[in-house]
Amino acid sequence: MNVSLRWIRHLAPDVPGDLHEISHALASRGFPVEGVEELAAGLEGLVVGRVLSVRSHPNADRLSLCQVDAGDGEPRTVVCGAPVIHAGGFYPFAPVGSTLPGDLKIRKAKIRGETSYGMLCSERELGMGQDGSGILHLEGDFTPGMPLVEALGLNDLRLDVEVTSNRPDLLSHRGIARELSPSGEKGLRLPAISGTTAPDLTGLPTELGQGEASLGGVTVRIEDLERCPGYLGLAIRGVEVGPSPLWLQERLRAAGSRPINNVVDATNYVLLELGHPLHAFDLDRIGQRTIVVRRAGEGEGIRTLDGVQRSLGSDDLVIADPERAVAVAGVMGGSDSEVDESTRNILLECALFAPGPIRSTRKGLGLSTDASYRFERGVDPEGLRTAILRAAELILATAGGTVGEGIVEVRPQPFQRAQVRLRVARVERVLGIPFPPERIRALLEPLGFELHGPDGGVFTVSVPGFRSWDVTREVDLIEEIARTHGYDEFPEELSAFRPGTVPDHPLFLLEDRIRDKLVGRGLLEAHTLAFAGGSNGEVALENPISAEEGFLRRTLLPGLFRRVEYNLARGNRDVRLFETGTVFRLGDNGGQPREDTHLAMILHGRRRPPHWSLQDEGLDAWDLGGLVEDVLRLIPGEADLGMTPWTGQDEGAPGWLSPGAGWILRDQAGAVVGWAGAVQKDGLDLPPWAGTVWAAELRLPPEPGEHPVPTFTPLPSHPGVERDLALILDRSHPVGQVLDEIRTSADNTLRGVDVFDVYQGEGIPANARSVAIRLHFRHPERTLKDQEVDQVVDGVVEVLRRQFNAGIRGRGS
Amino acid sequence: MSQAADLVEQLKALESEALQEVARQDGVEGLESIRIAYLGRKEGRISGILRGLGGLDPSERPRVGAEANRVKGSLQEALERREAEVAAGSDASGDGVDLSLPSRREWEGGRHPVTQVVDELVEIFRGLGFTRARGPEAETEWYNFVALNTPLDHPAADEQDTLYLKGGYLLRSHTSPVQVRVMERHKPPIRVLAPGMVYRRDSYDATHTPAFAQLEGLVVDEGITFVDLKATLAEFARRYFGEGARVRFRPSFFPFTEPSAEVDVKRVVRRPDGSTEESDWLEIMGAGMVDPAVLEAAGIDPERYTGFAFGMGPGRIGMLKYGIPDLRLYLDNDIRFLRQFSGR
Repeated sequence: MNVSLRWIRHLAPDVPGDLHEISHALASRGFPVEGVEELAAGLEGLVVGRVLSVRSHPNADRLSLCQVDAGDGEPRTVVCGAPVIHAGGFYPFAPVGSTLPGDLKIRKAKIRGETSYGMLCSERELGMGQDGSGILHLEGDFTPGMPLVEALGLNDLRLDVEVTSNRPDLLSHRGIARELSPSGEKGLRLPAISGTTAPDLTGLPTELGQGEASLGGVTVRIEDLERCPGYLGLAIRGVEVGPSPLWLQERLRAAGSRPINNVVDATNYVLLELGHPLHAFDLDRIGQRTIVVRRAGEGEGIRTLDGVQRSLGSDDLVIADPERAVAVAGVMGGSDSEVDESTRNILLECALFAPGPIRSTRKGLGLSTDASYRFERGVDPEGLRTAILRAAELILATAGGTVGEGIVEVRPQPFQRAQVRLRVARVERVLGIPFPPERIRALLEPLGFELHGPDGGVFTVSVPGFRSWDVTREVDLIEEIARTHGYDEFPEELSAFRPGTVPDHPLFLLEDRIRDKLVGRGLLEAHTLAFAGGSNGEVALENPISAEEGFLRRTLLPGLFRRVEYNLARGNRDVRLFETGTVFRLGDNGGQPREDTHLAMILHGRRRPPHWSLQDEGLDAWDLGGLVEDVLRLIPGEADLGMTPWTGQDEGAPGWLSPGAGWILRDQAGAVVGWAGAVQKDGLDLPPWAGTVWAAELRLPPEPGEHPVPTFTPLPSHPGVERDLALILDRSHPVGQVLDEIRTSADNTLRGVDVFDVYQGEGIPANARSVAIRLHFRHPERTLKDQEVDQVVDGVVEVLRRQFNAGIRGRGS
Repeated sequence: MSQAADLVEQLKALESEALQEVARQDGVEGLESIRIAYLGRKEGRISGILRGLGGLDPSERPRVGAEANRVKGSLQEALERREAEVAAGSDASGDGVDLSLPSRREWEGGRHPVTQVVDELVEIFRGLGFTRARGPEAETEWYNFVALNTPLDHPAADEQDTLYLKGGYLLRSHTSPVQVRVMERHKPPIRVLAPGMVYRRDSYDATHTPAFAQLEGLVVDEGITFVDLKATLAEFARRYFGEGARVRFRPSFFPFTEPSAEVDVKRVVRRPDGSTEESDWLEIMGAGMVDPAVLEAAGIDPERYTGFAFGMGPGRIGMLKYGIPDLRLYLDNDIRFLRQFSGR
């Protein structure tokens, strides 16, 4: 909301003068000032000049020489090119040495042989308007030499005040003045219209009807009283439409509105002053001088004031004459009934419209106006008559004309003020400090609330119309008490509290542990957003930011691939990233989308940071495998969650995974929860020097259980025995299967199996490899004898021969 | 014990003795003399033991032989490794280790700066009795708006430009729906935090991204007042922004709280010369007393219980705290950026 400070002071003379004080007052009431603009900016050196005489320039037909009195007793010659200058008239004068907006410095200048000591200015040169054709004639009586900003009422500040959507009453100067005035509502006045000679209209009669009313040949009929619970029409005949007087134009500009003509400006003035949108129709273009407020027909057309032909629906409300729509109710007038220079008779409209439907019409048309902005938040249902009379008064003063017999008003029932109960004790229960009844009264009454009581500790509060939208309940009044008391005034004393009953969500705890683990293993956590293209998404957005982000991701890795590309393109070679985040799938039967939390990690580069003692080694599959195993161990209940090498045949593998270079990850129940392995490079945009990219992604359980509590096992008191086996195995046999077989075929004195060497090459058949295995044996109660261990090993060897055709290259202890 | 087993034991003892000597030795010459002492073909101690092989049953010889070979290999390897170490670590004079050489490190990982902020906030509120709750990111209009006292035809429903999903769902525009979900499932006293991602239809620029982290807080119990809200957040501010930090409450409007406030913080900044100054007021969160309509929608009696709620943006707080000028840096995930916050 653009606010003219001068205007505020006109409405509430007791508003303090200091800008800082005003900004602070507004902010502490909840309406921060976002910007301040000095309206006199650039015109400081200019004064009012009186033209004493005008004669033509001896050397140029179109120029004249004026003698200008600038108040210093030394009339000076000014060369002027304007067609009409009146001797005795007052004009804006820029003396030598002053500066015009746009940094134009005024110098003594010789024009066609005559010296000019300054410049008389047009609207455009002053930066006040578009009119550059003539010098701006200042109407009224001025003293030559008086600063121009003062003469024009330009010494003003425009404040950009942020108004929250619950306070439509503050979308007006009167509302802001009410918040700012120390005496509140009582400090407000409606200042006289300057230069008015119009009769006092306060006693103007009203013809009231419940659904229809007529007066002086004008009829108003409301067909949808729910959406239009009140309509006032007032005919003004014999107006002369033209530019508004300068003071009115400046007032509008100060509040950020553009002057159009005296009739339209009057309605805009009232909108800005009182917050009530009004509309002026050309009465002669309203068929049968009859206004009908009705729903639009399906597909009904109207050309609005902005020149756009619009199509309406049966949910939109229109103002119509018996033939056609003449305005989109509460949003914008139609161009057919627009007031222009030829208009002689007008019909002023001041109405109430239900907020919700205005909002849906505004959204449907994509057309937000000052009027719709206020109507969809709610305008003062008690303020219609004041607003229409204020506008009429302005029009009579600036455009002439006469009001007819009176106001035509249709209103099914008079507005009833809400009576809200306010318990004194409840105020303290919500706010934490006591508020005595007299304090409550002192805080609420300046805002326009009427308090009755308290009766048995309960006030009955009558809510004025302009607050009827946001104050309907006790708590709304309690907020007003806190707000006007001042939030700063509340203590910050911490009280004892009861602990909550909600347990920490276990998935947060699991995420914490995974983060700690992977950070400890040298991975950096990445954050990517959940938007994706169609290749990685099935949940589509209705109104996406862009087509590339039209879906919600189904997996995390594609987003991380882009991050690896980004880093490698910037020469960051060793990239080790992980992320936990939400992924989305379509819900069952169109229900709520299914969400899972996934963990993904991605690695590229060297195994360890370079060091003088080490040879650089690239990461390999077992680096990734170890990380994945570390994570799996953290997932409660899934300690033996399985990693099985992927043969490349299973359906459902992600497209990024290189066949035969990865694992399938399963939960205890055997369901696939993720994949890990080498990334197929043809899907990535990487520099030529890039090595293998390793990646894994898995679904975390939505409600992880708890890790079992460890139980103590006595430490072994008897020595263990080790045996080594060097096996020659055909390469078609996975070592994992061999280890499993060893574990099952040995007796329970076997406590562990390690692979300590894998070799293929010289001395080993081409399609085979040598695998060195160490077996650890221990008996819990006694020392094992070599012989019994050897027997077990013999058994194992036998099984391996049979199952895998394993050759034994060596045996040791 | 059989003779063979005895020899094997001797070899093992020898191995451990030799390995200890190797580890203690700092000079190349010293290592060479160990080599001669143990592995020397004639005088070496292993050769000495193997001379006893002749007295063994032929069937037992291979076992002892294999063990001897293993010990030789093990010792040989240890000597080579130690020689390399000694050679690399020696200074020019050839004795002593140059400890000024860089040590061996592992890759340094780190949590994302936004996570770090969330974790710090959570830690502080944990100390004030809060636990963490979750809720879906793809939400219904009921939870995102209606249950939060925001009628769909009210302009407030527009203010957070919402991303809708095909099929009638939406992406939550704030973490406040978790308030309702928690209150539906749990009875007071409630003290929860809901960290999570929220979505708005904003284009990418230095201070906007269409999704960002938010942290919601909710307290509901008997006797919770506006003073408790102010005190809790002031205490939080002091713990997070340091002693001397002050909070300012400004009236504001959120449909789901009343009274509502914007909360600003002014912190004490230490200048390089050690002197201190106060920062400007920084807007860090919105807060307020839970609107009775919200309690009612979640099935809690607003006459008996009152509560407060607050919401803040960890990404924004991180910008203030770390001096990060552009939110998009969080999403680039340039490892040079992420590393600036690692090791913490």
